[in-house]
Amino acid sequence: MSSFLQHTFDGLVSGAFLALLALGLAVIFGMLRVVNFAHGAFYMLGAVGTYLLLTEFGVPFWWALLIVPVALGVLGMGVERAFVHRLARLDPLYNFLLTFGLTLVLQDLVKLRYGTQSSPYATPSALAGTVDFGLFDFPAYRVFVLAFAVVACVAVWWLLGHTRVGMVVRAATERPELSRALGIDVGRWVMPVFGFGIALAGVAGVLAAPMRAVNPLMGADLVIVVFAVVVIGGLGSIFGSVAAGFGIGLVQAWGESYLDQWPIVAQTSVFVIMAAVLLWRPAGLFGREEAPA
Amino acid sequence: MLRVEGLRAWYGEATVLRDVALTVAPGEVVTLVGRNGAGKSTLLRCLMGLHAGQRGTVTLDGRDLGSLPAHRRARLGLGWVPDDRGAYASLTVTENLTLPPAVGPNPWPLARVYESFPVLHERRDSAATQLSGGEQQMLALARVLRMGARLLLCDEPTEGLAPLLVARVGDIIRQVRDQGTAVLLVEQNLRFATGVADRHHLLAEGRVVETLRNEEVRERESELLTYLGI
Ligand SMILES: Nc1ncnc2c1ncn2[C@@H]1O[C@H](COP(=O)(O)OP(=O)(O)OP(=O)(O)O)[C@@H](O)[C@H]1O
Ligand SMILES: [Mg+2]
Repeated sequence: MSSFLQHTFDGLVSGAFLALLALGLAVIFGMLRVVNFAHGAFYMLGAVGTYLLLTEFGVPFWWALLIVPVALGVLGMGVERAFVHRLARLDPLYNFLLTFGLTLVLQDLVKLRYGTQSSPYATPSALAGTVDFGLFDFPAYRVFVLAFAVVACVAVWWLLGHTRVGMVVRAATERPELSRALGIDVGRWVMPVFGFGIALAGVAGVLAAPMRAVNPLMGADLVIVVFAVVVIGGLGSIFGSVAAGFGIGLVQAWGESYLDQWPIVAQTSVFVIMAAVLLWRPAGLFGREEAPA
Repeated sequence: MLRVEGLRAWYGEATVLRDVALTVAPGEVVTLVGRNGAGKSTLLRCLMGLHAGQRGTVTLDGRDLGSLPAHRRARLGLGWVPDDRGAYASLTVTENLTLPPAVGPNPWPLARVYESFPVLHERRDSAATQLSGGEQQMLALARVLRMGARLLLCDEPTEGLAPLLVARVGDIIRQVRDQGTAVLLVEQNLRFATGVADRHHLLAEGRVVETLRNEEVRERESELLTYLGI
Protein backbone atom coordinates (compact mmCIF):
# COMPACT_ATOMS: atom_id res chain seq x y z
CA MET A 1 0.00 0.00 0.00
CA SER A 2 2.71 2.43 0.92
CA SER A 3 4.61 1.61 -2.26
CA PHE A 4 1.41 2.10 -4.26
CA LEU A 5 1.05 5.60 -2.84
CA GLN A 6 4.68 6.24 -3.59
CA HIS A 7 4.24 5.23 -7.23
CA THR A 8 1.07 7.24 -7.50
CA PHE A 9 2.80 10.32 -6.20
CA ASP A 10 5.71 9.81 -8.59
CA GLY A 11 3.23 9.40 -11.41
CA LEU A 12 1.53 12.66 -10.54
CA VAL A 13 4.87 14.45 -10.49
CA SER A 14 5.89 13.19 -13.93
CA GLY A 15 2.31 13.88 -14.99
CA ALA A 16 2.84 17.48 -13.90
CA PHE A 17 5.56 17.87 -16.56
CA LEU A 18 3.43 16.20 -19.19
CA ALA A 19 0.48 18.41 -18.27
CA LEU A 20 2.47 21.65 -18.50
CA LEU A 21 3.96 20.66 -21.83
CA ALA A 22 0.69 19.36 -23.24
CA LEU A 23 -1.09 22.51 -22.10
CA GLY A 24 1.33 24.71 -24.04
CA LEU A 25 1.08 22.48 -27.08
CA ALA A 26 -2.72 22.56 -26.88
CA VAL A 27 -2.89 26.35 -26.56
CA ILE A 28 -0.59 26.73 -29.57
CA PHE A 29 -2.40 24.14 -31.64
CA GLY A 30 -5.76 25.68 -30.85
CA MET A 31 -4.79 29.11 -32.01
CA LEU A 32 -2.40 28.34 -34.87
CA ARG A 33 -3.36 24.80 -35.93
CA VAL A 34 0.37 24.14 -35.73
CA VAL A 35 1.71 21.02 -34.06
CA ASN A 36 4.84 22.44 -32.50
CA PHE A 37 7.37 19.67 -32.71
CA ALA A 38 9.98 21.96 -31.15
CA HIS A 39 8.12 21.99 -27.84
CA GLY A 40 10.51 19.45 -26.35
CA ALA A 41 13.50 21.49 -27.48
CA PHE A 42 12.13 24.58 -25.74
CA TYR A 43 11.62 22.51 -22.61
CA MET A 44 15.27 21.46 -22.91
CA LEU A 45 16.31 25.11 -23.38
CA GLY A 46 14.37 25.92 -20.20
CA ALA A 47 16.39 23.39 -18.21
CA VAL A 48 19.71 24.25 -19.87
CA GLY A 49 19.00 27.95 -19.39
CA THR A 50 18.36 27.38 -15.70
CA TYR A 51 21.62 25.49 -15.41
CA LEU A 52 23.58 28.16 -17.28
CA LEU A 53 22.07 31.00 -15.28
CA LEU A 54 23.38 29.36 -12.14
CA THR A 55 26.79 28.23 -13.38
CA GLU A 56 27.64 31.24 -15.54
CA PHE A 57 25.91 34.07 -13.72
CA GLY A 58 25.17 32.71 -10.28
CA VAL A 59 21.45 33.30 -10.72
CA PRO A 60 19.59 31.01 -8.29
CA PHE A 61 16.66 28.72 -9.07
CA TRP A 62 13.92 31.09 -7.92
CA TRP A 63 15.04 33.85 -10.24
CA ALA A 64 15.43 31.33 -13.05
CA LEU A 65 11.80 30.30 -12.52
CA LEU A 66 10.86 33.86 -13.43
CA ILE A 67 13.50 34.79 -15.99
CA VAL A 68 13.65 31.64 -18.11
CA PRO A 69 9.93 31.39 -18.99
CA VAL A 70 9.81 35.09 -19.84
CA ALA A 71 12.93 34.85 -22.00
CA LEU A 72 11.64 31.74 -23.77
CA GLY A 73 8.27 33.40 -24.29
CA VAL A 74 10.01 36.27 -26.04
CA LEU A 75 12.14 33.84 -28.04
CA GLY A 76 8.98 31.94 -28.97
CA MET A 77 7.33 35.13 -30.22
CA GLY A 78 10.40 35.81 -32.31
CA VAL A 79 10.31 32.29 -33.77
CA GLU A 80 6.63 32.75 -34.56
CA ARG A 81 7.21 35.99 -36.45
CA ALA A 82 10.40 34.89 -38.15
CA PHE A 83 9.39 31.38 -39.25
CA VAL A 84 6.03 29.95 -38.25
CA HIS A 85 4.13 32.97 -39.48
CA ARG A 86 5.57 32.72 -42.98
CA LEU A 87 4.15 29.25 -43.40
CA ALA A 88 0.72 30.09 -41.99
CA ARG A 89 -0.97 30.00 -45.38
CA LEU A 90 0.49 26.64 -46.35
CA ASP A 91 -0.46 23.15 -45.30
CA PRO A 92 0.14 22.76 -41.52
CA LEU A 93 2.50 19.93 -42.41
CA TYR A 94 5.08 22.52 -43.43
CA ASN A 95 5.11 23.97 -39.95
CA PHE A 96 5.45 20.49 -38.52
CA LEU A 97 8.56 20.04 -40.66
CA LEU A 98 9.81 23.49 -39.74
CA THR A 99 9.52 22.88 -36.01
CA PHE A 100 11.09 19.44 -36.46
CA GLY A 101 14.06 21.10 -38.13
CA LEU A 102 14.17 23.74 -35.44
CA THR A 103 14.37 20.98 -32.84
CA LEU A 104 17.45 19.51 -34.48
CA VAL A 105 19.08 22.92 -34.74
CA LEU A 106 18.44 23.81 -31.10
CA GLN A 107 19.62 20.42 -29.86
CA ASP A 108 22.79 20.58 -31.90
CA LEU A 109 23.56 24.14 -30.89
CA VAL A 110 23.43 23.13 -27.25
CA LYS A 111 25.39 19.97 -27.99
CA LEU A 112 28.06 21.94 -29.82
CA ARG A 113 28.59 24.24 -26.92
CA TYR A 114 28.13 21.95 -23.91
CA GLY A 115 28.35 18.39 -25.18
CA THR A 116 25.83 15.65 -24.48
CA GLN A 117 26.78 15.04 -20.90
CA SER A 118 24.12 15.49 -18.28
CA SER A 119 24.75 18.20 -15.76
CA PRO A 120 23.62 17.98 -12.15
CA TYR A 121 21.67 20.88 -10.71
CA ALA A 122 21.29 21.10 -6.96
CA THR A 123 17.83 21.17 -5.45
CA PRO A 124 17.12 24.66 -4.12
CA SER A 125 18.05 24.62 -0.47
CA ALA A 126 14.62 25.67 0.76
CA LEU A 127 13.21 22.49 -0.79
CA ALA A 128 16.05 20.13 0.01
CA GLY A 129 14.32 18.01 2.66
CA THR A 130 11.27 15.82 2.66
CA VAL A 131 7.68 16.53 3.51
CA ASP A 132 6.09 14.27 6.09
CA PHE A 133 2.59 13.17 5.08
CA GLY A 134 2.11 11.07 8.22
CA LEU A 135 2.50 7.62 6.69
CA PHE A 136 5.04 8.72 4.10
CA ASP A 137 7.79 11.14 3.34
CA PHE A 138 8.03 12.69 -0.07
CA PRO A 139 10.89 14.83 -1.33
CA ALA A 140 9.90 18.43 -0.72
CA TYR A 141 11.04 19.51 -4.17
CA ARG A 142 8.71 17.04 -5.88
CA VAL A 143 5.81 18.16 -3.76
CA PHE A 144 6.63 21.69 -4.83
CA VAL A 145 6.74 20.70 -8.53
CA LEU A 146 3.36 19.05 -8.29
CA ALA A 147 1.80 21.97 -6.45
CA PHE A 148 3.34 24.53 -8.77
CA ALA A 149 2.17 22.71 -11.88
CA VAL A 150 -1.36 22.34 -10.53
CA VAL A 151 -1.49 26.03 -9.67
CA ALA A 152 -0.12 26.95 -13.11
CA CYS A 153 -2.69 24.78 -14.88
CA VAL A 154 -5.53 26.20 -12.81
CA ALA A 155 -4.28 29.72 -13.49
CA VAL A 156 -4.21 29.12 -17.24
CA TRP A 157 -7.66 27.57 -17.08
CA TRP A 158 -8.95 30.59 -15.18
CA LEU A 159 -7.29 33.00 -17.59
CA LEU A 160 -8.88 31.28 -20.55
CA GLY A 161 -12.25 30.85 -18.94
CA HIS A 162 -12.79 34.08 -17.09
CA THR A 163 -11.04 36.95 -18.79
CA ARG A 164 -11.78 38.86 -21.96
CA VAL A 165 -8.43 37.77 -23.43
CA GLY A 166 -9.31 34.17 -22.68
CA MET A 167 -12.71 34.57 -24.32
CA VAL A 168 -11.14 35.97 -27.48
CA VAL A 169 -8.60 33.15 -27.56
CA ARG A 170 -11.33 30.55 -27.09
CA ALA A 171 -13.40 32.09 -29.87
CA ALA A 172 -10.45 32.40 -32.23
CA THR A 173 -9.43 28.84 -31.44
CA GLU A 174 -12.87 27.38 -32.05
CA ARG A 175 -13.89 29.33 -35.15
CA PRO A 176 -11.17 31.62 -36.48
CA GLU A 177 -13.05 32.72 -39.56
CA LEU A 178 -16.28 33.56 -37.76
CA SER A 179 -14.29 35.44 -35.14
CA ARG A 180 -12.69 37.61 -37.80
CA ALA A 181 -16.09 38.28 -39.32
CA LEU A 182 -17.22 39.46 -35.88
CA GLY A 183 -14.49 42.08 -35.75
CA ILE A 184 -11.80 40.19 -33.84
CA ASP A 185 -8.29 40.68 -35.19
CA VAL A 186 -7.36 37.03 -34.76
CA GLY A 187 -3.91 37.54 -36.27
CA ARG A 188 -2.93 39.88 -33.44
CA TRP A 189 -3.26 37.07 -30.91
CA VAL A 190 -1.20 34.50 -32.74
CA MET A 191 2.23 35.71 -31.69
CA PRO A 192 1.47 36.20 -27.97
CA VAL A 193 -0.31 32.85 -27.74
CA PHE A 194 2.63 31.07 -29.35
CA GLY A 195 5.00 32.81 -26.96
CA PHE A 196 2.79 31.88 -24.03
CA GLY A 197 2.79 28.21 -25.01
CA ILE A 198 6.58 28.26 -25.27
CA ALA A 199 6.84 29.99 -21.89
CA LEU A 200 4.88 27.08 -20.37
CA ALA A 201 7.43 24.68 -21.87
CA GLY A 202 10.06 26.90 -20.27
CA VAL A 203 8.38 26.57 -16.86
CA ALA A 204 8.46 22.80 -17.22
CA GLY A 205 12.12 23.00 -18.18
CA VAL A 206 13.07 25.07 -15.13
CA LEU A 207 11.18 22.70 -12.84
CA ALA A 208 12.96 19.76 -14.46
CA ALA A 209 16.49 21.06 -13.91
CA PRO A 210 16.88 19.94 -10.26
CA MET A 211 15.30 16.52 -10.72
CA ARG A 212 16.05 15.35 -14.25
CA ALA A 213 19.28 15.01 -16.15
CA VAL A 214 19.94 18.28 -17.94
CA ASN A 215 21.23 17.51 -21.45
CA PRO A 216 20.48 18.52 -25.04
CA LEU A 217 18.33 15.47 -25.72
CA MET A 218 16.18 15.58 -22.58
CA GLY A 219 13.19 16.91 -24.54
CA ALA A 220 13.48 14.59 -27.51
CA ASP A 221 11.83 11.50 -26.04
CA LEU A 222 9.51 13.43 -23.79
CA VAL A 223 7.93 15.34 -26.64
CA ILE A 224 6.77 12.09 -28.25
CA VAL A 225 4.93 11.15 -25.07
CA VAL A 226 3.52 14.67 -24.87
CA PHE A 227 2.12 14.28 -28.39
CA ALA A 228 0.42 11.09 -27.31
CA VAL A 229 -0.97 12.94 -24.29
CA VAL A 230 -2.36 15.73 -26.43
CA VAL A 231 -3.95 13.29 -28.85
CA ILE A 232 -5.50 11.32 -25.99
CA GLY A 233 -6.85 14.46 -24.33
CA GLY A 234 -8.09 15.87 -27.61
CA LEU A 235 -6.05 18.18 -29.83
CA GLY A 236 -6.62 21.75 -28.73
CA SER A 237 -8.61 20.77 -25.63
CA ILE A 238 -7.16 22.59 -22.63
CA PHE A 239 -8.82 20.48 -19.99
CA GLY A 240 -8.19 17.31 -21.95
CA SER A 241 -4.47 17.89 -22.29
CA VAL A 242 -4.01 18.59 -18.58
CA ALA A 243 -6.15 15.65 -17.47
CA ALA A 244 -4.45 13.31 -19.93
CA GLY A 245 -1.04 14.62 -18.81
CA PHE A 246 -1.64 13.60 -15.22
CA GLY A 247 -3.40 10.41 -16.30
CA ILE A 248 -0.54 9.26 -18.50
CA GLY A 249 1.96 10.17 -15.78
CA LEU A 250 0.10 7.79 -13.48
CA VAL A 251 -0.15 5.03 -16.07
CA GLN A 252 3.57 5.24 -16.77
CA ALA A 253 4.54 5.20 -13.11
CA TRP A 254 2.28 2.26 -12.31
CA GLY A 255 3.42 0.46 -15.44
CA GLU A 256 7.08 0.89 -14.60
CA SER A 257 6.60 -0.38 -11.05
CA TYR A 258 4.15 -3.23 -11.52
CA LEU A 259 5.02 -4.39 -15.01
CA ASP A 260 8.76 -4.20 -14.57
CA GLN A 261 9.12 -7.77 -15.85
CA TRP A 262 7.57 -6.60 -19.12
CA PRO A 263 9.28 -3.29 -19.81
CA ILE A 264 7.99 -3.37 -23.39
CA VAL A 265 4.42 -3.28 -22.12
CA ALA A 266 5.17 -0.45 -19.73
CA GLN A 267 6.95 1.60 -22.37
CA THR A 268 4.36 1.19 -25.08
CA SER A 269 1.31 1.49 -22.87
CA VAL A 270 0.96 5.19 -23.68
CA PHE A 271 0.84 4.55 -27.39
CA VAL A 272 -1.52 1.61 -27.03
CA ILE A 273 -3.84 3.87 -25.06
CA MET A 274 -3.48 6.52 -27.73
CA ALA A 275 -4.39 4.09 -30.50
CA ALA A 276 -7.36 2.80 -28.54
CA VAL A 277 -8.63 6.33 -27.87
CA LEU A 278 -8.24 7.27 -31.51
CA LEU A 279 -10.28 4.28 -32.60
CA TRP A 280 -12.95 4.94 -30.05
CA ARG A 281 -13.07 8.74 -30.15
CA PRO A 282 -11.05 10.16 -33.04
CA ALA A 283 -11.18 13.67 -31.58
CA GLY A 284 -9.69 12.52 -28.25
CA LEU A 285 -11.33 12.11 -24.87
CA PHE A 286 -12.23 15.77 -24.43
CA GLY A 287 -11.85 17.00 -27.98
CA ARG A 288 -14.59 18.29 -30.20
CA GLU A 289 -14.95 17.35 -33.83
CA GLU A 290 -13.73 20.26 -35.93
CA ALA A 291 -16.54 22.72 -36.40
CA PRO A 292 -17.08 24.16 -39.86
CA ALA A 293 -15.32 27.47 -40.48
CA MET B 1 -24.70 52.58 -48.60
CA LEU B 2 -23.59 49.24 -50.06
CA ARG B 3 -22.73 49.01 -53.74
CA VAL B 4 -21.54 45.84 -55.44
CA GLU B 5 -20.33 45.90 -59.03
CA GLY B 6 -18.94 43.22 -61.29
CA LEU B 7 -18.47 40.76 -58.47
CA ARG B 8 -17.04 37.43 -59.53
CA ALA B 9 -16.42 34.56 -57.15
CA TRP B 10 -15.16 31.04 -57.58
CA TYR B 11 -14.17 27.88 -55.78
CA GLY B 12 -11.14 26.42 -57.50
CA GLU B 13 -12.20 25.88 -61.10
CA ALA B 14 -15.91 26.42 -60.48
CA THR B 15 -17.21 29.96 -60.94
CA VAL B 16 -20.20 30.61 -58.70
CA LEU B 17 -20.81 34.33 -59.18
CA ARG B 18 -20.11 35.78 -62.65
CA ASP B 19 -21.06 39.41 -62.54
CA VAL B 20 -23.13 40.48 -59.57
CA ALA B 21 -24.29 44.06 -59.19
CA LEU B 22 -26.59 45.29 -56.44
CA THR B 23 -27.11 48.16 -54.04
CA VAL B 24 -28.56 48.57 -50.57
CA ALA B 25 -29.55 52.02 -49.27
CA PRO B 26 -29.46 53.06 -45.59
CA GLY B 27 -32.58 51.90 -43.78
CA GLU B 28 -33.48 49.65 -46.67
CA VAL B 29 -34.22 45.95 -46.43
CA VAL B 30 -33.27 44.08 -49.58
CA THR B 31 -33.51 40.37 -50.11
CA LEU B 32 -31.46 38.01 -52.16
CA VAL B 33 -33.45 35.09 -53.50
CA GLY B 34 -32.22 32.22 -55.62
CA ARG B 35 -32.19 28.46 -55.89
CA ASN B 36 -30.17 26.23 -53.65
CA GLY B 37 -26.57 26.55 -54.71
CA ALA B 38 -27.13 29.83 -56.57
CA GLY B 39 -24.34 31.43 -54.57
CA LYS B 40 -26.24 33.51 -52.00
CA SER B 41 -24.12 32.47 -49.05
CA THR B 42 -20.99 32.86 -51.16
CA LEU B 43 -22.03 36.43 -51.97
CA LEU B 44 -22.40 37.30 -48.28
CA ARG B 45 -19.04 35.72 -47.53
CA CYS B 46 -17.49 37.80 -50.32
CA LEU B 47 -18.96 40.94 -48.79
CA MET B 48 -17.55 39.97 -45.39
CA GLY B 49 -14.11 39.45 -46.92
CA LEU B 50 -14.10 35.78 -46.02
CA HIS B 51 -13.96 34.39 -49.53
CA ALA B 52 -10.52 34.43 -51.11
CA GLY B 53 -11.53 33.73 -54.70
CA GLN B 54 -13.26 36.97 -55.67
CA ARG B 55 -12.86 39.97 -57.99
CA GLY B 56 -14.98 43.06 -58.37
CA THR B 57 -15.86 46.20 -56.50
CA VAL B 58 -17.58 46.40 -53.14
CA THR B 59 -18.02 49.83 -51.58
CA LEU B 60 -19.55 50.77 -48.26
CA ASP B 61 -20.57 54.43 -47.99
CA GLY B 62 -18.33 55.12 -50.95
CA ARG B 63 -15.34 53.45 -49.36
CA ASP B 64 -13.79 50.65 -51.38
CA LEU B 65 -13.60 47.56 -49.21
CA GLY B 66 -11.10 46.17 -51.69
CA SER B 67 -8.75 43.92 -49.84
CA LEU B 68 -9.81 44.87 -46.30
CA PRO B 69 -9.68 41.83 -44.03
CA ALA B 70 -12.88 40.56 -42.45
CA HIS B 71 -12.32 42.09 -39.01
CA ARG B 72 -11.87 45.55 -40.53
CA ARG B 73 -15.09 45.18 -42.49
CA ALA B 74 -16.92 44.18 -39.33
CA ARG B 75 -15.53 47.25 -37.62
CA LEU B 76 -16.90 49.40 -40.45
CA GLY B 77 -20.35 48.17 -39.47
CA LEU B 78 -21.02 44.93 -41.32
CA GLY B 79 -22.89 42.41 -39.17
CA TRP B 80 -22.90 38.85 -40.46
CA VAL B 81 -25.54 36.32 -39.41
CA PRO B 82 -24.08 33.15 -40.94
CA ASP B 83 -26.21 30.37 -42.39
CA ASP B 84 -24.97 27.89 -39.78
CA ARG B 85 -25.90 30.31 -36.97
CA GLY B 86 -22.34 30.80 -35.83
CA ALA B 87 -22.71 29.74 -32.21
CA TYR B 88 -19.51 29.09 -30.25
CA ALA B 89 -19.57 25.91 -28.21
CA SER B 90 -16.78 27.12 -25.96
CA LEU B 91 -18.53 30.40 -25.11
CA THR B 92 -21.61 31.00 -23.01
CA VAL B 93 -24.60 32.80 -24.46
CA THR B 94 -23.52 36.03 -22.79
CA GLU B 95 -19.98 35.63 -24.09
CA ASN B 96 -21.29 34.96 -27.60
CA LEU B 97 -23.10 38.27 -27.36
CA THR B 98 -20.28 40.31 -25.86
CA LEU B 99 -17.43 38.85 -27.93
CA PRO B 100 -17.67 41.27 -30.89
CA PRO B 101 -16.73 44.89 -30.33
CA ALA B 102 -19.35 47.60 -30.72
CA VAL B 103 -18.96 48.83 -34.28
CA GLY B 104 -21.84 51.17 -34.98
CA PRO B 105 -23.38 54.33 -33.61
CA ASN B 106 -26.09 52.59 -31.57
CA PRO B 107 -25.05 49.23 -30.26
CA TRP B 108 -27.75 47.61 -28.16
CA PRO B 109 -26.83 47.35 -24.48
CA LEU B 110 -26.91 43.79 -23.18
CA ALA B 111 -29.95 44.61 -21.08
CA ARG B 112 -31.93 45.62 -24.14
CA VAL B 113 -30.86 42.47 -25.98
CA TYR B 114 -32.07 40.36 -23.08
CA GLU B 115 -35.30 42.31 -22.85
CA SER B 116 -35.96 41.62 -26.53
CA PHE B 117 -34.86 37.99 -26.31
CA PRO B 118 -35.96 36.72 -22.88
CA VAL B 119 -35.11 33.15 -23.85
CA LEU B 120 -31.46 34.13 -24.26
CA HIS B 121 -31.52 35.69 -20.81
CA GLU B 122 -32.83 32.45 -19.33
CA ARG B 123 -30.04 30.49 -20.99
CA ARG B 124 -27.35 33.16 -20.58
CA ASP B 125 -24.84 30.92 -18.82
CA SER B 126 -25.30 27.88 -21.06
CA ALA B 127 -22.89 27.00 -23.82
CA ALA B 128 -24.37 28.53 -26.95
CA THR B 129 -24.48 25.24 -28.83
CA GLN B 130 -26.77 23.84 -26.12
CA LEU B 131 -29.51 26.13 -27.35
CA SER B 132 -32.15 24.88 -29.76
CA GLY B 133 -31.72 25.75 -33.43
CA GLY B 134 -34.25 28.54 -33.16
CA GLU B 135 -32.58 29.98 -30.08
CA GLN B 136 -29.21 29.89 -31.82
CA GLN B 137 -30.76 31.78 -34.71
CA MET B 138 -31.99 34.42 -32.25
CA LEU B 139 -28.55 34.55 -30.70
CA ALA B 140 -26.87 35.21 -34.05
CA LEU B 141 -29.30 38.02 -34.78
CA ALA B 142 -29.02 39.47 -31.27
CA ARG B 143 -25.25 39.46 -31.57
CA VAL B 144 -25.14 41.77 -34.60
CA LEU B 145 -27.67 44.07 -32.93
CA ARG B 146 -25.45 44.31 -29.90
CA MET B 147 -22.55 45.17 -32.20
CA GLY B 148 -24.65 48.01 -33.54
CA ALA B 149 -23.87 46.94 -37.10
CA ARG B 150 -25.14 49.38 -39.72
CA LEU B 151 -25.63 46.80 -42.44
CA LEU B 152 -26.84 43.35 -41.47
CA LEU B 153 -25.98 40.47 -43.78
CA CYS B 154 -28.49 37.81 -42.72
CA ASP B 155 -28.22 34.36 -44.28
CA GLU B 156 -31.62 32.66 -44.05
CA PRO B 157 -32.39 33.80 -40.51
CA THR B 158 -35.85 32.22 -40.57
CA GLU B 159 -34.80 28.82 -41.86
CA GLY B 160 -36.30 26.08 -39.75
CA LEU B 161 -37.99 28.48 -37.32
CA ALA B 162 -41.49 27.97 -35.93
CA PRO B 163 -44.03 30.48 -37.33
CA LEU B 164 -44.12 32.45 -34.10
CA LEU B 165 -40.35 32.96 -34.19
CA VAL B 166 -40.44 33.85 -37.89
CA ALA B 167 -42.85 36.64 -37.00
CA ARG B 168 -40.53 37.69 -34.20
CA VAL B 169 -37.56 37.93 -36.59
CA GLY B 170 -39.75 40.00 -38.91
CA ASP B 171 -40.59 42.40 -36.06
CA ILE B 172 -36.95 42.83 -35.23
CA ILE B 173 -35.89 43.46 -38.80
CA ARG B 174 -38.59 46.13 -39.16
CA GLN B 175 -37.52 47.63 -35.85
CA VAL B 176 -33.84 47.97 -36.81
CA ARG B 177 -34.77 49.22 -40.27
CA ASP B 178 -36.75 52.01 -38.64
CA GLN B 179 -33.57 53.01 -36.79
CA GLY B 180 -31.82 53.36 -40.13
CA THR B 181 -30.04 50.01 -40.20
CA ALA B 182 -29.82 48.42 -43.64
CA VAL B 183 -30.38 44.71 -44.14
CA LEU B 184 -29.33 42.37 -46.94
CA LEU B 185 -31.43 39.31 -46.32
CA VAL B 186 -31.05 35.91 -47.95
CA GLU B 187 -34.53 34.48 -47.81
CA GLN B 188 -36.44 31.65 -49.47
CA ASN B 189 -39.75 32.38 -47.76
CA LEU B 190 -41.35 34.85 -50.18
CA ARG B 191 -44.27 35.72 -47.87
CA PHE B 192 -41.82 36.68 -45.18
CA ALA B 193 -39.61 38.50 -47.68
CA THR B 194 -42.39 40.74 -48.96
CA GLY B 195 -43.45 41.41 -45.37
CA VAL B 196 -40.12 42.93 -44.34
CA ALA B 197 -38.28 44.01 -47.48
CA ASP B 198 -38.60 46.73 -50.11
CA ARG B 199 -36.80 45.14 -53.02
CA HIS B 200 -35.80 41.65 -53.99
CA HIS B 201 -32.76 40.61 -56.01
CA LEU B 202 -33.14 37.39 -57.92
CA LEU B 203 -29.81 35.62 -58.22
CA ALA B 204 -29.38 33.11 -61.06
CA GLU B 205 -26.47 31.89 -63.14
CA GLY B 206 -24.09 34.02 -61.13
CA ARG B 207 -25.93 37.30 -61.80
CA VAL B 208 -28.72 39.38 -60.35
CA VAL B 209 -31.11 38.65 -63.21
CA GLU B 210 -34.04 40.68 -61.89
CA THR B 211 -34.81 43.15 -59.16
CA LEU B 212 -38.44 42.98 -58.10
CA ARG B 213 -40.68 45.15 -55.99
CA ASN B 214 -43.07 43.69 -53.44
CA GLU B 215 -46.09 43.92 -55.77
CA GLU B 216 -44.21 42.11 -58.52
CA VAL B 217 -43.20 39.35 -56.18
CA ARG B 218 -46.81 38.93 -55.05
CA GLU B 219 -48.11 38.87 -58.62
CA ARG B 220 -45.56 36.33 -59.79
CA GLU B 221 -45.48 34.29 -56.61
CA SER B 222 -46.35 30.92 -58.07
CA GLU B 223 -43.94 31.39 -60.98
CA LEU B 224 -41.15 32.35 -58.59
CA LEU B 225 -41.87 29.49 -56.24
CA THR B 226 -41.67 27.03 -59.11
CA TYR B 227 -38.45 28.64 -60.25
CA LEU B 228 -36.94 28.47 -56.78
CA GLY B 229 -38.02 24.85 -56.54
CA ILE B 230 -40.01 25.29 -53.37
N1 LIG C 1 -16.32 25.28 -49.94
C1 LIG C 1 -16.80 25.08 -51.20
N2 LIG C 1 -16.02 24.49 -52.13
C2 LIG C 1 -16.47 24.27 -53.38
N3 LIG C 1 -17.69 24.63 -53.81
C3 LIG C 1 -18.50 25.22 -52.93
C4 LIG C 1 -18.11 25.49 -51.58
N4 LIG C 1 -19.14 26.08 -50.93
C5 LIG C 1 -20.12 26.19 -51.83
N5 LIG C 1 -19.76 25.68 -53.03
C6 LIG C 1 -20.57 25.64 -54.24
O1 LIG C 1 -20.86 26.97 -54.61
C7 LIG C 1 -22.20 27.09 -55.03
C8 LIG C 1 -22.87 28.18 -54.25
O2 LIG C 1 -22.98 27.81 -52.89
P1 LIG C 1 -23.70 28.73 -51.82
O3 LIG C 1 -23.60 28.05 -50.51
O4 LIG C 1 -23.19 30.10 -51.93
O5 LIG C 1 -25.20 28.69 -52.35
P2 LIG C 1 -26.52 29.20 -51.67
O6 LIG C 1 -27.21 30.00 -52.68
O7 LIG C 1 -26.22 29.83 -50.38
O8 LIG C 1 -27.30 27.84 -51.46
P3 LIG C 1 -28.31 27.40 -50.29
O9 LIG C 1 -29.65 27.88 -50.70
O10 LIG C 1 -28.20 25.93 -50.31
O11 LIG C 1 -27.83 28.00 -49.02
C9 LIG C 1 -22.84 25.73 -54.86
O12 LIG C 1 -22.89 25.10 -56.13
C10 LIG C 1 -21.91 24.98 -53.96
O13 LIG C 1 -21.88 23.63 -54.32
MG1 LIG D 1 -26.68 29.40 -48.38
